[in-house]
Amino acid sequence: MTRLNIFLAIILSILLLLPLFLEKYVLGIFVMIFFYAYLGQSWNILTGYTGHISLGHALYVGVGAYTSTYLAQNYGLSPWIGMLVGGVFAVAIALFLGYLGFRFGLRGVYFVILTIAFAEITRLIVSHVEALGSFSGIFLDFKPSFWNFQFRGNVPYYYIALGFMVFSIIVVRILEVSRAGRFMVAIREDEEAAQALGVNAFKYNMIAIALSAFMTSLAGTFYANYVFYLHPDTLFGMALSIELILRPIIGGLGTILGPVLGSFILTPLSEISRAYFTKGGFEGLHLILYGVIAVLVVLFMPKGIIYYVKRWLNPMLKLDKKTLVYRGNKKGAEAKS
Amino acid sequence: MSILKVTALNKRFGGLTAISELSFELGQGKILGLIGPNGAGKTSLFNCLSGFHAPDSGEMMFSGKSLAGMQPYQVCQAGLARTFQIVKPFLTISVLDNVMVGALTRETSIKKAREASMEIIQWAGLGPMAHKEAEGLPLPLRKRLEMARALATRPKLLLLDEVMAGLNPTEVSEIIGLIREVNQKGVSILLIEHVMQGIMALSERVLAINYGSRIAEGTPAEVVKDEKVIEAYLGKEFLNAQS
Amino acid sequence: MDSTLALQLLIQGILLGGLYGLIALGLSLIFGVMGVINFAHGQMMVIGMYISYWIFVLLGVEPYLSLIIVSAAIFVLGYVIQSSVVNRILDYPEAMQVLPLVAIGIILENTALLLWGPDHRSPHTAFSLDTIWLGGAMIDVSRLIAFSFAIIITFAIFIFLKKSHMGKRIRAAADNRMAATLVGINVSRINNFSFGLGAATTGAAGALLLPLMPLSPSLGHDFTLTAFIVVILGGMGNLVGALVGGLILGVAESMSTLFLPATLKQVVSFGILVVIMLFRPQGLLGGKK
Repeated sequence: MTRLNIFLAIILSILLLLPLFLEKYVLGIFVMIFFYAYLGQSWNILTGYTGHISLGHALYVGVGAYTSTYLAQNYGLSPWIGMLVGGVFAVAIALFLGYLGFRFGLRGVYFVILTIAFAEITRLIVSHVEALGSFSGIFLDFKPSFWNFQFRGNVPYYYIALGFMVFSIIVVRILEVSRAGRFMVAIREDEEAAQALGVNAFKYNMIAIALSAFMTSLAGTFYANYVFYLHPDTLFGMALSIELILRPIIGGLGTILGPVLGSFILTPLSEISRAYFTKGGFEGLHLILYGVIAVLVVLFMPKGIIYYVKRWLNPMLKLDKKTLVYRGNKKGAEAKS
Repeated sequence: MSILKVTALNKRFGGLTAISELSFELGQGKILGLIGPNGAGKTSLFNCLSGFHAPDSGEMMFSGKSLAGMQPYQVCQAGLARTFQIVKPFLTISVLDNVMVGALTRETSIKKAREASMEIIQWAGLGPMAHKEAEGLPLPLRKRLEMARALATRPKLLLLDEVMAGLNPTEVSEIIGLIREVNQKGVSILLIEHVMQGIMALSERVLAINYGSRIAEGTPAEVVKDEKVIEAYLGKEFLNAQS
Repeated sequence: MDSTLALQLLIQGILLGGLYGLIALGLSLIFGVMGVINFAHGQMMVIGMYISYWIFVLLGVEPYLSLIIVSAAIFVLGYVIQSSVVNRILDYPEAMQVLPLVAIGIILENTALLLWGPDHRSPHTAFSLDTIWLGGAMIDVSRLIAFSFAIIITFAIFIFLKKSHMGKRIRAAADNRMAATLVGINVSRINNFSFGLGAATTGAAGALLLPLMPLSPSLGHDFTLTAFIVVILGGMGNLVGALVGGLILGVAESMSTLFLPATLKQVVSFGILVVIMLFRPQGLLGGKK
């Protein structure tokens, strides 16, 4: 076992035991930490690895949330299955978007705006569909049971969210060292050069966006059955899209643990400052704080906080600091020479 | 048998003719030098061959198969690899990871790709910096990386675009040696160069082009003395002054 | 289809379109000179709206008269943002450029929220309720005035960029940053000025917009997106394109209400955006990438 893996195993053990010691409110914060870490990680697959920036990822969250909820309320389908159906829809939409973007050569800012357009169009359309709650949104009934993906108290949600987060970390870890993942990174660095080396950029771009969308949409179902209220402005809106990209960017784009670190730093900050400032009547101050932190981190720590954390932890954990990506002990040993 | 046969190739960009009725052949296992003043159409030719631009008309036959309509990645998979005039390393990943991208076109096993890549890296003299970020490499080493990466795709034909530009004489000699070794392993080479030392040392034959069409073809010694070539590089007045 | 209604919508669309063009002009200028997409553009406009609102409420000065002050204030805002933040991120990869400006947008929007609350405000400025009749169509006077000012300001900027010394320097920096540095242009300062100018135009648009719609902190986001659509429609960095794109979008949005509920008219705008991006990404009049 590499030192880093031991370190992570320790942290995981702590996280597994926390519910024994923490009360409901604090557990709720952890649920949000894991939730946003998962979302950020899913987004990271597209933007961190292939380099195409999506500012409309809330689209997939919404698709997941509304699909599983609609199927549950109208057909009694368990959200566990509805979640997968939502995933299929999300993939379909992502492939459509990807086709338009990648086939037509939309890159950089154009691609960003395409993703925004898709999210906004969906938001507006859903706002006008009666069956999906239109402008008032949808309330979910609280009928706790495993089958219904609804639970009493925060503890079950805590473990499910933790499971999601760990799952996303594993997915990204596997992806990063896989052939497909390496092609994606190559595309991010220089798509033309990658193509000249035999990489079918279109195919891997599509895989990235589809995988990213699928994973993101699963979180939508979780959200629906945790918050019990859906509204198109929340679920498809820019605010969510921005929220979910903040943590990976601050934590470290294109790295395995960056989004997780970002969430562990930003989410508690957000939750606590929101509670503190809103109670005092300072509506919006926590968001200003947010914005300021985001600007400062980008200006002074452009590689993300994890880059500096790695450097600081390196002596203890023997990380490979010569590449941005942690590679595992064998390579680490080679790199030392 | 010729590995590459180009017939009556034409490429225009708007009103500008980049390639005009260009025809030539490259024999299997041979090295063909491609020279011409800036803007003559040499890189455009590479772009057409490697699938980045579609020619307006003409044929490009690679080992008997037409390259027309092929995407760049398909051209590479078919065995034709190229380097870029302005090198394009994958900056934030290591040298090894760079070369592995090329190797993985031929290998699905990460382990085998890594082994093959390390071999090429050692051969190219990049061994000590295999795990360094490509961004940290100086230009001469980036050029070697570019070549090593392309070689990792196990090409039958390698298009080298000005790999010697910006190198000092020692570096030039070293790269000439490397290219020769590549050729000895059976890889045919089409070499764009301004550095005459390289052209003279490596090419069996040289093709000179200007304004998109051939102005001379022959052995290096012949082409260098050709009037039209001298005129293209140095101008009519120089030519007149000579006679 | 009622033809007077259609005519009315057409004219209202053109009038609003002129204002869109003014907003987009700023965005296009900023992109043209620095290659940066100002994701906080709409929010800057909203700050301008608030400033002109308070000048009106506290001092009784009409937005059309306080225009200069508002523009100057937002110019300063833009200048400061450029010099402190944007100048440092000019060479960053795009993902890292997007975030700071989005964050600044958030800061601006929530500062407005913090200072002035979420409630909508609709000041009764002169003309804000007046209408006139133009060939059977009912036109808002304030819209007409806003349009006129927008056109005047737009052309003033065109002339400034074309004829003035500073304008030439801006165009040089937009064309080729490196070359501009080599001929002695202080590109940093030009960037600051350009961002300030781009911000100022959107601030001015805000003042003109005040009589036309209820003011609230959350208005900015939609206008940022509208500005994007106009700029892409007309061509990135193409200033005439911003005006043309604005007019087209204004008309399209307005006319779409003939067969769509007003709340869906943005779908039309986004639809146009997607079509243009796919089939003519350089914009109708051509722009830089």
